[in-house]
Amino acid sequence: MNLSILYDSLALIKPEIAISIALILLVLFDLIFHHDKRIIKYIAGISVLVTFYFVYEQFGLRGFSFQTDNIDLITNGMVAVDGFASFFKVIILLSTVFIIFFSNSSLEIQQSNDRIGEYYALIFGMILGMFFMVSANDLILIYLSLELMSLSSYVLAGFVKIRDRNSEASLKYIIYGSVSSGLMLFGISLVFGLTGTTNLLALKTFLLASSVNPVVFGFAIILIVAGIGYKISSAPFHFWTPDVYEGAPITITAYLSVASKAAGFALLVRFIKVAFVYQTDSDGHWVMLQIFDWQTLIIILSILTMTLGNFAALWQNNIKRLLAYSSIAHAGYLLLGLAVLSDQGVIALLIYFFFYLLMNLGAFYVVMLISDKIGSEDIHDYNGIGPAAPFLGVALTIFLISLTGLPPTAGFIGKLYIFIALVDAKMIAVAIIALLNTVVSLYYYVRVLKHMYLTKVEEQRAQVNISAWNLIVALLLLIPVLVFGVYFSPIVDFAQACNSLLSGI
Amino acid sequence: MLEVGLNHFLIISAILFSLGIYGIVSRKNAIMVLMGVELLLNASNINFVAFARYGNLGIDGQIYALFVIILAAAEAAIALAIVLNIYKTFSNVNIDEIDNLKE
Repeated sequence: MNLSILYDSLALIKPEIAISIALILLVLFDLIFHHDKRIIKYIAGISVLVTFYFVYEQFGLRGFSFQTDNIDLITNGMVAVDGFASFFKVIILLSTVFIIFFSNSSLEIQQSNDRIGEYYALIFGMILGMFFMVSANDLILIYLSLELMSLSSYVLAGFVKIRDRNSEASLKYIIYGSVSSGLMLFGISLVFGLTGTTNLLALKTFLLASSVNPVVFGFAIILIVAGIGYKISSAPFHFWTPDVYEGAPITITAYLSVASKAAGFALLVRFIKVAFVYQTDSDGHWVMLQIFDWQTLIIILSILTMTLGNFAALWQNNIKRLLAYSSIAHAGYLLLGLAVLSDQGVIALLIYFFFYLLMNLGAFYVVMLISDKIGSEDIHDYNGIGPAAPFLGVALTIFLISLTGLPPTAGFIGKLYIFIALVDAKMIAVAIIALLNTVVSLYYYVRVLKHMYLTKVEEQRAQVNISAWNLIVALLLLIPVLVFGVYFSPIVDFAQACNSLLSGI
Repeated sequence: MLEVGLNHFLIISAILFSLGIYGIVSRKNAIMVLMGVELLLNASNINFVAFARYGNLGIDGQIYALFVIILAAAEAAIALAIVLNIYKTFSNVNIDEIDNLKE
């Protein structure tokens, strides 16, 4: 093998190398400083910043790392480095920064402080898996990175052992997860047999040139979608979501609901765009290969996902479980952006995801602070918490309003762009169903607010105070949610600049 | 004399796949469910190797099978650790009885 090609490839995966080195450092420092674990979180924070720099450096760079040379004319490889991957890397790193802040003030994590090195090492394992997921251009790399991420998150879901539900969550997670990844692998093996390749670009070249048995191929694709659908918790692969989100430590719940979902969506978009789109027409709509009807499948999945998520959330009393169903519903809205099958839809998806990161992490953070203070996640115990904790009450109100998608918050802008993309693609019926779903979701978000402000309480609640540091972290999420609700053009420009997917067209 | 061809391997892998799904759906013991998952992975391994051998695809398929074997080992290690943890908490590993997290 030519060494210079190897060096070129390594230069393109600097962020991944930085994360791997950080992972090793975390394990080493955990062993060396086993009396005083305070240094661990600083190492984690600094590593994320260093990786941020490398990702920033990669903006505008386009190329394939680890090139395979058995295809004529087009360059091709296992790892694609492009703006699309960079966008999702930024999302993943941003949520990691917030998770480090959250873990620092979480009561559950502090109680297992002697294993904190393990905790951050596993989180960095997840980041490494997700980084490869967002840029994987080969079915085998997709499977390997998905498993790398999953294996770390199985352990993290049961990381604290305070209550029975923690270990139950990790058991349910690993059983559902290993089954769906097993199905996905079988689908990959069938695709390999039918087309003789696992590379997405080579797959498209093959499908353009020759024909395959559509029944077997469709079966294989549905198996692969099962594996990815599990990661983005889309119906009918969502059964694990409420149980795992409720049982896992709340920092990990927040991380799973944002970062791992981001990686899953990036994977799905890249898979469809690279392997099945052979041309974009003048309006940016994708011209698909006839072999598989993606649009019908995604529309069915997204309508199922959001309807199921929203209706199941109506009678939840545990707020973590409620937010879990709400995150299922949001996966449905995000899938709509993909269902349009155009560049405009993907840009809407990116914009929505950025805002979803802010509002969902914010909601989980406030819920974590309140739960740590009152020792309960039941919304009946939230009665009268609004006046007792003025700042937290207002913050949770704003995050929930943003999750509903009402102006003047960022969530409204995200939904607006999705609906514009749907209407432009003349999918009015789907847009109306999504709109009705939003109305349903208003009920359960407002129900939390009703408990916080309107329900009468017998005795006056004790004031809930939070530290200045918690206030700052909450404001870091709260202010962008409000500011981007009125001044959103930077995020739109950022998403448009990032919509450059290496797809060979 | 019957020549062993690609179809024989595909039939074996289809049978393994079906048995794996059957095991996952019907068994109550967590360990048995995980064994069903192993059957799924090995069905794919047979596919990979058979396709590579009879489709003249070089050694790609064999290498994929190696990756999968390693991942299956890692997954089994983590799964068994989690099942052990479950056994300590609930003193059984019957997945139907471990359902505290339900409304």
